[in-house]
Amino acid sequence: MATTYYTEDHEWLSVEGDVAIVGITDYAQEQLGDLVFVELPEVGRVVKKGETAVVVESVKAASDVYAPADGEIVAANDAVVSDPSLVNSAATGNGWLWKMKLADEGQLTGLMDEAGYKALVG
Amino acid sequence: MTGDPKHLPLDDIHRESGAKFGDFAGWSMPLTYPAGVMKEHLHTRAHAGLFDISHMKLFVVSGIGAAAMLSKACPIDAAALPLRQSKLSFFLDDAAGILDDLIVTRLGDDRFMVVANAGNADADEALMRSVARHYNCLIEPLDRVFLALQGPEAAAALEEAGIDLDGLVFMNGLEPKPNWFMSRSGYTGEDGFEIGLPEGDARDLVKKLTADERVMWVGLAARDSLRLEAGLCLHGNDIDPTTDPSGAALIWAIPKDLREMGAFNGAGSLRAILADGAKQKRVGLKPKGRQPVRGGAPLVDEDGNTVGRVTSGGFGPSVGHPVAMGYVATALAKPGAGKLFAEVRGQRIPVDVHPLPFTPHRYVKG
Repeated sequence: MATTYYTEDHEWLSVEGDVAIVGITDYAQEQLGDLVFVELPEVGRVVKKGETAVVVESVKAASDVYAPADGEIVAANDAVVSDPSLVNSAATGNGWLWKMKLADEGQLTGLMDEAGYKALVG
Repeated sequence: MTGDPKHLPLDDIHRESGAKFGDFAGWSMPLTYPAGVMKEHLHTRAHAGLFDISHMKLFVVSGIGAAAMLSKACPIDAAALPLRQSKLSFFLDDAAGILDDLIVTRLGDDRFMVVANAGNADADEALMRSVARHYNCLIEPLDRVFLALQGPEAAAALEEAGIDLDGLVFMNGLEPKPNWFMSRSGYTGEDGFEIGLPEGDARDLVKKLTADERVMWVGLAARDSLRLEAGLCLHGNDIDPTTDPSGAALIWAIPKDLREMGAFNGAGSLRAILADGAKQKRVGLKPKGRQPVRGGAPLVDEDGNTVGRVTSGGFGPSVGHPVAMGYVATALAKPGAGKLFAEVRGQRIPVDVHPLPFTPHRYVKG
């Protein structure tokens, strides 16, 4: 059973064991507007918490998506590269961005649960 | 820009329409409505988009010295403008740098309308007042709501709303009733109209227009992608005091005899630039692939030498690929003249010089 965590940078992580699927929240995709380009990380890349893992571009602007924890990228969602609008239409589903193997599950304790995140974005 | 942003007179209508706001040139402006930038953009090209551009400033310039004042302040021959004719022009500094771009429309023998950009309106007014000390004319900033209706169905929707188009063609303007100004012009490359009118009248007109299913509110985000596809400049991005009308590829807006003999502000410097040839030219840029290239990105050649810069860039919803504008060394300023790359986040994205506009203009000309 996966547990979902949220970051203050409007990302979600669905964690099962030591693997997390990461995407941006529905609130984030709404703020960004229609996405037209997504630059995904290479599989095998090791990222540090806070480092830019993905760049998403809307019609108007580019935005960074940060790694929410330390770890290694084990998969990237190529579907959002060919159709960036998937992130708008299914931010928390088929519009996921990458999968990572967590280096330190202890980093999850600082993240929010759904109720905490809802309180943050109102 | 300091202090709190100003709010549009129709701010409440935009809030009720679900707009997201952002600050632009000292104003809190609707950026997008619930439809989103992509749909708003495409709707404008297919039907009619309604824009609140009340941040822009209208000035009436009147009096027996009005034409002479404008012909000193800008590189135009205002006395030769036919009645109703609108013309793109500029305020230039002594070095022929572009302080602002503006549209001048002749409303009567001694009466003109000047439409200036929001961010420069105060400076424009000061400049006109300073020039006007030597001429017998009055400069009157107007307090108006300013709406644009753009797109192939704009004319039909306006007529349906009870507006008489009075035979207006592209770049024509008039005062259809007291305190109204209407021109057939815009910033999208489509047929369309811009109407300045008192707030009460504006509320009535907006009510009629938004009840028409052909009409959709469109925010500043789509206004930007529309004008970029249409190859139209945004002052502060594509033109500014460091650029001149020749390098900006806008010299067509200055009549030939004035380039040679005019006495407008900046005339001497512009003549020198034209004699030497501009070092850089504004061009359309088409990035290869899907990744947008934004304003500020350096342009380099194959060897990595900086040969220009991107001034505006984004995604073109109608053309379906990234679009940009920028300046490149004159030798490279035509399609196929040499390889160009934009530097984005440490990567080099190949870009081609592309003719402007990206989407054909569909103006209704006389």
